[in-house]
Amino acid sequence: MKARTTWEAVCTVEDLVPDSGIAVWTEAGPVAVFYLPHRLPALFAIQHTDPFTGANVLARGITGDLNGEPVVASPLYKQHFSLRTGVCLEDDAVRARIYPVLLDGHQIRLEVPVAQREILAA
Amino acid sequence: MSKKTLIVIGNGMVGHHFLEQFVASPAAQAYTVRVFGEEKQIAYDRVHLSEYFTGSSHADLAMATADWYAEHEIDLHLHEPVTAIDRDRRAVQTTKGSYHYDELVLATGSYPFVPPIAGNDNPHCFVYRTLADLDAIRADAEQARIGVVVGGGLLGLEAANALKSLGLEAHVVEFAPRLMPVQLDADGGALLRQKIEDLGVRVHTEKATTAIVDGDDARLKMTFSDETELDTDLIVFSAGIRPQDTLARQCGLAIGERGGIVIDNRCTTSDPHIHAIGECALWNQKIFGLVAPGYTMARTLSAALNGDADAAFTGADMSTKLKLLGVDVGSIGDAHGQSPGARSIRFVDEQRGHYRRMVVSPDGKKLLGAILVGDNSHYDTLLQYALNGIDLPDTPEALILPESQGGAPALGADALPDTASICSCHNVTKGDICGVIDNGCADLAGIKAETRASTGCGGCAALLKNVVDSELEKRGVAVSKDLCEHFPYSRQELFHLVKVNGIRTFRTLINQYGKGHGCDICKPAVGSILASCWNEHILATDHVPLQDTNDTFMANMQKNGTYSIVPRIPGGEITPDKLIVLGEVAKQYNLYTKITGGQRVDLFGATLSELPEIWEKLIAAGFETGHAYGKSLRTVKSCVGSTWCRYGVQDSVGMAILLENRYKGLRAPHKVKMAVSGCTRECAEAQSKDIGVIATENGWNLYVCGNGGMRPRHADLFATDLSDDELIRTIDRVLMFYIRTADRLQRTSVWMENLEGGLDYLKAVVLEDSLGLGAELEQHMADIVSTYQCEWKTAVEDPDKRKRFREFVNAPDKKDPVQQWTTERDQRRPALESA
Repeated sequence: MKARTTWEAVCTVEDLVPDSGIAVWTEAGPVAVFYLPHRLPALFAIQHTDPFTGANVLARGITGDLNGEPVVASPLYKQHFSLRTGVCLEDDAVRARIYPVLLDGHQIRLEVPVAQREILAA
Repeated sequence: MSKKTLIVIGNGMVGHHFLEQFVASPAAQAYTVRVFGEEKQIAYDRVHLSEYFTGSSHADLAMATADWYAEHEIDLHLHEPVTAIDRDRRAVQTTKGSYHYDELVLATGSYPFVPPIAGNDNPHCFVYRTLADLDAIRADAEQARIGVVVGGGLLGLEAANALKSLGLEAHVVEFAPRLMPVQLDADGGALLRQKIEDLGVRVHTEKATTAIVDGDDARLKMTFSDETELDTDLIVFSAGIRPQDTLARQCGLAIGERGGIVIDNRCTTSDPHIHAIGECALWNQKIFGLVAPGYTMARTLSAALNGDADAAFTGADMSTKLKLLGVDVGSIGDAHGQSPGARSIRFVDEQRGHYRRMVVSPDGKKLLGAILVGDNSHYDTLLQYALNGIDLPDTPEALILPESQGGAPALGADALPDTASICSCHNVTKGDICGVIDNGCADLAGIKAETRASTGCGGCAALLKNVVDSELEKRGVAVSKDLCEHFPYSRQELFHLVKVNGIRTFRTLINQYGKGHGCDICKPAVGSILASCWNEHILATDHVPLQDTNDTFMANMQKNGTYSIVPRIPGGEITPDKLIVLGEVAKQYNLYTKITGGQRVDLFGATLSELPEIWEKLIAAGFETGHAYGKSLRTVKSCVGSTWCRYGVQDSVGMAILLENRYKGLRAPHKVKMAVSGCTRECAEAQSKDIGVIATENGWNLYVCGNGGMRPRHADLFATDLSDDELIRTIDRVLMFYIRTADRLQRTSVWMENLEGGLDYLKAVVLEDSLGLGAELEQHMADIVSTYQCEWKTAVEDPDKRKRFREFVNAPDKKDPVQQWTTERDQRRPALESA
């Protein structure tokens, strides 16, 4: 059974920084949202928590591409994570969670799992 | 004279070791030696029992052969258990007869403890001690799919490995909250668990078995006190050992409260003619469940029986080093730090799965204990310190940090010896790198993957590249000087392209001279070039995405994602009022405060959103950014100089402040440090800096291209007796030539070593203007100096730039949930134990 999800509004386009990331707080925890204006799609969302250290820092990493793959480099120890799949390029056993993202007017929305308490309340 | 009789009960490892000692001693002439063993086989190596499942036979494991016993005229009775001891008659009764003794040695060992659980007598339940046990387990495993070991200690894990090698799905059930609770602490146990689970063994901790009943899907079902269950086909109990003291009890020898035959320092029991050694013996209220102390007892007893008045067993070290399921585990001395006042130093590498803990005495001088998981290479050294009470070095943590040779010769990569440590995180030497290259690896990425070099802290990236380039060149491989996959140019070439074409953004540069979208190599490099050329604010919209996080947020990211702040204190001179402001700000934001090596104050633990607030206060008090985050001038250290010092010949503080204010904010290929000493005593340590200035009677001596850090290098004397103006002009030229021509992340020392012609060439360019560049270099520096701005002042005054410092853009009040703190020496620090 697929977990229930919701498209949560997390920020507006004004909050985005071209070729860089910002962090937002969601029902699923901290998420990094990247805006790469020279790519299509241009928006990517990946967990903000660095899988290697547990620190909430990925939004502050440098973006770019390696062999065409859009990536962010962890600002702590510089491992690269694919912004499309979340897989770590240096160690494919390590994977950051990614979130579907869409532009809804001026709103940026992320598809995140519905928190348990909301399911119960519904 | 007829010979006396010595009888040994028990033919295990310790009993056999005693015989080896005794038959080689003079006393052997006076005795007939008789041995009774319960098992069918001659003493064998129980420590390596598991190998019985992986191909070793009894013969492989045996400690000796029947011939050896015959040769030494030892009367060996195997498979003949002793049933009683008659102390009055000095005789032992066996299943086959009665034998007189003059001296009796009990080497009966121990038996596995089977917890009193209903159903523990099921035919599919076993213990793990003898070859017969292993034969039974092997037979039972043929029809089994799942096997459970009860007990997560050393032997239990051995047993689990054995079950796995028999093809079973292996589980370990441990009552304590962690594996190997005796030898390991919580972190060590957790890491061991992770590693063992990675190997396919399922681990269940904090499980108290309540019953063993018939199973539904398997032969058996275990139920636990937390009302969970586990299906299994067979169970192996390995929940500890108990001394085998039955015979001693029956004949009335003194026995410890919790079992064990009481012995004195000479391994003699309460009966002067009966002795006990090994796991059956209780010395000083202690049972020693390892083979080494048993051997020590055996040697002690043999010496005592030879009349050696000094022979005494005085306890034994219980340190252990072993490989469990291929995982290194070591435990030394007071591993849990239970000695009063003991303190710990820990090293954790979660990526490689290494955990090391040192327990040191309250004064930090002695090693009391240690725990190692994942890598036992430090064990021997640590054991030496602990066993011999050797004074620890001043930086004891070096003993458990990944090895570093430090102080390698200050020469080019080619001159480094093969043993030189290149990557200290993963202990990769130059020889290791050459080996990989010789095996056909010809690119940096491959070498990094193969050796792990530069995949830890990354501090050796530049050195590694140098070594690799130099080695590849030696082998005739064309070395690409490309910055990265996006730019087919070196940093120096890119610098010229930017400068000559007046390029002011990364996007323009990559569109014209590169491909793709950039990466974390080329973006900061180009960001630095743009800053060196045009000196625009690093948070100008086009430059933001180019910067490393430290530059983006103008602070130094620490391991938990918080930042440290270093305000500029030029020359290390600070007024009491400004010092008070630093203290007040640190207090208000609960910042860990430390004095740096560059005569500044570092404030740690600020969150992203606190940074602008803190800087508002610092700027109001007259502070400027210290650029501790940037590849730029850090500090100009100084001694107090002629204004106070009896020996000073020039105003070193004044010159340091002048230099620091001139070059502050200057972006360079790497960080730049300077120092000014007021006399030849050199208290400011200027010769360890990129730019070092030492006062003379007639002016200043200039030293260049030194550095401390990973590969220390003394600076070279560049020019002597310079006036103030000459000094500044010379430094302008050296620095600007460095900025223009150095490679990415290349410090001045390596840059100079790699210049064709080295120091002499640099002198020619700077002092004799051999390239005719002098005026241009000076003008370029003047432009940079005149466009200086305090980046933090600009940032806090600009609402758009301040927006970048929101931790979560949609939740301004949300605190980062991972930041956990603890207090140490009255200050706050991250609560991660991986220090």
